[in-house]
Amino acid sequence: MFFAHSVDYMAPDCDFLLATDADGTSTLTLSGVLTIAGVGALDHAMRREKPQFTNLDISGLEELDTAGAWLVWRLARDAGAQVVGAGEKAERLMSAVKCCSGDAPIAPPRAPPMIRIVETVGLVMIGLWQGSGAILSFLGALICALGNVIRHPSRIRWTALVRQTELVGVDALAIVGLMSFLVGVVIAQQGAVQLQQFGAEIYTVNLTGRISLRELGVLMTAIMVAGRSGSAFAAQIGTMKLTEEIDAMRTIGVSPMEALVLPRVMAAVFMMPLLGLYSALIAIVGGATISAFTLDIPFFNFLARVQEVVPLIDLWVGLIKGPVFGLIVAMTGCYQGMQVKGSSEEVGLRTTQAVVQAIFAVIVIDAFFAVFFSEVGWI
Amino acid sequence: MNDLAIRIEDLENRFGDHAVHEGLSLDVRRGEIIGVVGGSGTGKSVLMRSVIGLQTPSHGRIEVLGHEIGTPRAPGEADIRSRWGVLFQGGALFSTLTVAENVEVPLKEFYPDMDPELRHEIARYKVSLTGLPDNAAAKYPSELSGGMKKRAGLARALALDPELLFLDEPTAGLDPIGAAAFDSLTRELHETLGLTVFLITHDLDTLHEICDRVAVLADKKVIAVGTIPELMASDHPWIHEYFGGPRGRSALMARGGEAQGLGSKTHGLDSPNPAKA
Repeated sequence: MFFAHSVDYMAPDCDFLLATDADGTSTLTLSGVLTIAGVGALDHAMRREKPQFTNLDISGLEELDTAGAWLVWRLARDAGAQVVGAGEKAERLMSAVKCCSGDAPIAPPRAPPMIRIVETVGLVMIGLWQGSGAILSFLGALICALGNVIRHPSRIRWTALVRQTELVGVDALAIVGLMSFLVGVVIAQQGAVQLQQFGAEIYTVNLTGRISLRELGVLMTAIMVAGRSGSAFAAQIGTMKLTEEIDAMRTIGVSPMEALVLPRVMAAVFMMPLLGLYSALIAIVGGATISAFTLDIPFFNFLARVQEVVPLIDLWVGLIKGPVFGLIVAMTGCYQGMQVKGSSEEVGLRTTQAVVQAIFAVIVIDAFFAVFFSEVGWI
Repeated sequence: MNDLAIRIEDLENRFGDHAVHEGLSLDVRRGEIIGVVGGSGTGKSVLMRSVIGLQTPSHGRIEVLGHEIGTPRAPGEADIRSRWGVLFQGGALFSTLTVAENVEVPLKEFYPDMDPELRHEIARYKVSLTGLPDNAAAKYPSELSGGMKKRAGLARALALDPELLFLDEPTAGLDPIGAAAFDSLTRELHETLGLTVFLITHDLDTLHEICDRVAVLADKKVIAVGTIPELMASDHPWIHEYFGGPRGRSALMARGGEAQGLGSKTHGLDSPNPAKA
């Protein structure tokens, strides 16, 4: 054979040699090992050089796997060349891979960004609309279940109720207490710094006492319960939905609304006002502690002064909001749990949504309450 | 060259006081399809997890393709994990990626320099190689049926052209037609690619259809290894019950074996060699 033109390239495992004959047939000869470890390098070299050839000689290949066979077959196809010197194994591998020469997409088609934005906004809107309908019907189902249980009190699941009460209320005491104490410290300390400018630091007591009982105690507790228990409700019920436990309950005739949702919602509704009150009291203790150190107001004088300056109405405002927040948090958690279907990924997604929606709803409702109580004169 | 793909010596796996394996030894030859059977709770999956390094044994030595599991690899040696493929029972596909992207994960991990276009091409032919339609490449695992998930899992297991393939109950949960199709796919890939296959199964049809040898797990060890006729000659009660029970007989009859041959220990068996345990 006469080599009119020859180039020698080096690839890590697979060598190739391009030779052009006198009669115009050019041959690309591959030799060495062409496996998955080497196809990348050969493919890079071919993309760079873009050689033209009419024959592809693979008789020199010592080892070939499906990735190598694919590359050989594709190089030959793109150059319109013929594969020569293929052994029995190479033929078998190539016939196995070439049946699948399609250029099917590897990911679903994506619309252009502008269309995607509009589409996403639309889907979110539809989701909000349908979601508010669904949560109303969930509330309806919950009220029906409550009605059923009230008519047949023997169907109350006492064990579940007590267990959930423990989980939502008792187990939260430590973390809610710690959080409230620190919040009380911060309010009293920061309030005192500002009030001192007017020589009015004695009003720190009013500030701490009223804001704890009226707003912060119950609001911070609701946020904490949403993070602790609302998420747990969503994850527990969502996992039960995935493992078909909820379907199994239904086929046995047990209503998941009565067995799972009602005990959780009732536990949250009962425990929220208690936790909120507890939180407010601890916050006042926190405020009293810091005041004893920085404002020279003795600890017990602070507490006695709270009794004088905080009207009883503040206590009622906090206690009224508690059950409402409990209902929102527990219902959102259970509702999102019940919406889980398909994959375990959804459990995580729904749990996050439960927490975010519960906290958002609690803050919105709290704003309504603030305006409402001011309007009716409970100031 | 070493003609053993897997060599397990004196393996012991212990969870607290409970020993799953004790003094378990098993050799898997290169190029064979070995089926591992055993009752529920005999540690078939634990055995596979030990071999692929997901479970550290309390005692014993496991060598896969000449590399001892649990030791650092020698300089210049390819990562053993790039030389095997594993199909988990449910497919274990990454749920946030499409089927083709799943196949690309091992390629990206071991060959990051590969041109993306070539990687897509490899993913595409692997997907069709396992018998999935072209349009399945762009689908997410949640859009696939159970059988398709297993095929997609197999495509990912085959992504790096492994020498050794581990299949954990590949036909469990498939309808008989799907199971038979998966069996013939395994057989076909074994022949085309020259794979060694380590197959855990409960499916007697799969054992008869595609396995060269069968290893029986009982009493915390491999009590027998051999071809099915060899095993049927054994008088261990569990093996006898397994292959001679109603399901075992019907699977054998489906293979065209002689049902009455089961009664005797020698009649109707290809090779009377005693199984080596």
